[in-house]
Amino acid sequence: MDWHRLREDFPILHQEVNGHPLIYLDSAASSQKPRCVIDAITRYYERDNANVHRALHALSMRATDAFEAARRTVARFISAVTENEIIFTRGTTESVNLVAYAWCGAHLKPGDVILTTGMEHHSDLVPWQFAARSTGATLKHIPVLDDGSLDQEAFERLLTPQVKLLALVHISNSLGTINPVREMCAKARAVGAISFVDAAQSTGHIPVNVQEIGCDFLAFSGHKICAPTGIGVLYGRMAVLEKMPPWHGGGEMILNVTLDSCTYKAPPARFEAGTPDIAGAIGLASAIDYLEAIGVSHIEQHGLELTSHALEKLGCIEGLRILGPATGPRGSLVSFHCDFAHPHDIVEWANTHGIALRGGHHCTQPLMKRFKVPGSTRASFYLYNTPQEIDQLAEVLDSARKFFS
Amino acid sequence: MSPEELRDLYQSVILDHSHKPRNHGELPAPCLHAHGDNPSCGDEIDIWVKLDDQNRISDIKFTGQGCAISQASASMMTVKIKGKTTAEAAALREDFRRIVMGDGKPLNEDDLGELTLLEGVQKFPQRVKCAMLGWRALEQAIEGA
Repeated sequence: MDWHRLREDFPILHQEVNGHPLIYLDSAASSQKPRCVIDAITRYYERDNANVHRALHALSMRATDAFEAARRTVARFISAVTENEIIFTRGTTESVNLVAYAWCGAHLKPGDVILTTGMEHHSDLVPWQFAARSTGATLKHIPVLDDGSLDQEAFERLLTPQVKLLALVHISNSLGTINPVREMCAKARAVGAISFVDAAQSTGHIPVNVQEIGCDFLAFSGHKICAPTGIGVLYGRMAVLEKMPPWHGGGEMILNVTLDSCTYKAPPARFEAGTPDIAGAIGLASAIDYLEAIGVSHIEQHGLELTSHALEKLGCIEGLRILGPATGPRGSLVSFHCDFAHPHDIVEWANTHGIALRGGHHCTQPLMKRFKVPGSTRASFYLYNTPQEIDQLAEVLDSARKFFS
Repeated sequence: MSPEELRDLYQSVILDHSHKPRNHGELPAPCLHAHGDNPSCGDEIDIWVKLDDQNRISDIKFTGQGCAISQASASMMTVKIKGKTTAEAAALREDFRRIVMGDGKPLNEDDLGELTLLEGVQKFPQRVKCAMLGWRALEQAIEGA
């Protein structure tokens, strides 16, 4: 694979920022979009735009066909049994909120436990807090060990028959830890709990297969895998979806409506009230086609190479401490703490040199507290990044050390 | 922004204040206290203020954590306002806000003294809240009196 040539697919990368060629190292927050995705969205608006599922005219039928084809593309991409297990949402956050509201609201009662972890993104934590508050269930957390992994012994202790739902992140957006989701979902199932996997950082970076993971729910966002913002996915195992009531009421999710009541459609329509993000779904399918043409396992390998290069280069900088797993497989990101400057000063410094980094708590305040840092700086990689960019990063970080020390 | 603008933002006096904050620590009760934070970036300042019977700031201390700009700005503020009345401190705060936001000319530029070194923040709009954090906490502490 010619990774340098692949950069030509991404128009945005070919610009200067503050007089330097852009080095975009913030893909864990949002990825860039290849030309084919931008074109697919434009083409849809230029030729096929109409509302879906409603009218019998040509444009509406074309829009509906493209929208439903996108659902099949997603189903194939994550190995769902049927496309009816794919619900389009606005993103991972909305997917979590859907389950926290609809599934928890229907199934949890006081005494039940929602088990999550100490390394969740706020989006996979706050909705469960809401659900616990409204149902009377208790929220418990699997602690994080010093090496950035989950405390599996504590998990076994916490996994009582009272646990009804296990929610955990596949790859930590702050640490890069890859959690053993398959084993943990199996253990949850053994005590009768359902499982929810936040795959926002893993989908499109490593192969994600819901059958292999064995989860009941899985969520990811389009914009982190080369698709536009505003589109995301909730996968749900059909047997679980069938027993989940709707959350938003409106058009498309109903069968029959009287002035006083209504009946609902089967999943996924039951969970998609109103006009969906049609162009977003089409863009997502185009992004998935693009990633699959390259091969997600190739992208995984590229990510591993970039990350180990970054660990080696950044590890040489005096006063820089890397957070998360020191060895073993890791998500394609590196978070670090610099004793010579605050993350925001580092990010400002890097920005002046054309490098986009992320600094702060990365929406994981409890985790930052756990590691006793006010925040960290994060460099995250995707298929269009190169080892040369990481060399540049290391140089700029070293110049920051000299300046701020 | 250019390297020159960046160096303006992080002048040596500012870096010196961030490395060696003045008036760092807590004041014993009774005194005024307020906590300020920027939740989006996690910067925090706690401020303790003693007022005498003429509403003059007789002593001030702060603790906190955050970026160089937020901590240096708070440190420089404490140096500047010790001995000032609360009305004078409010006037300084407004003039300081004007220079970091580039929002009109300060009314008494000469009074700002070393604080004008933070003028470079103008070029970095997302850092205005860092420079203002200590001042916001001070205002809260005094308003709570």
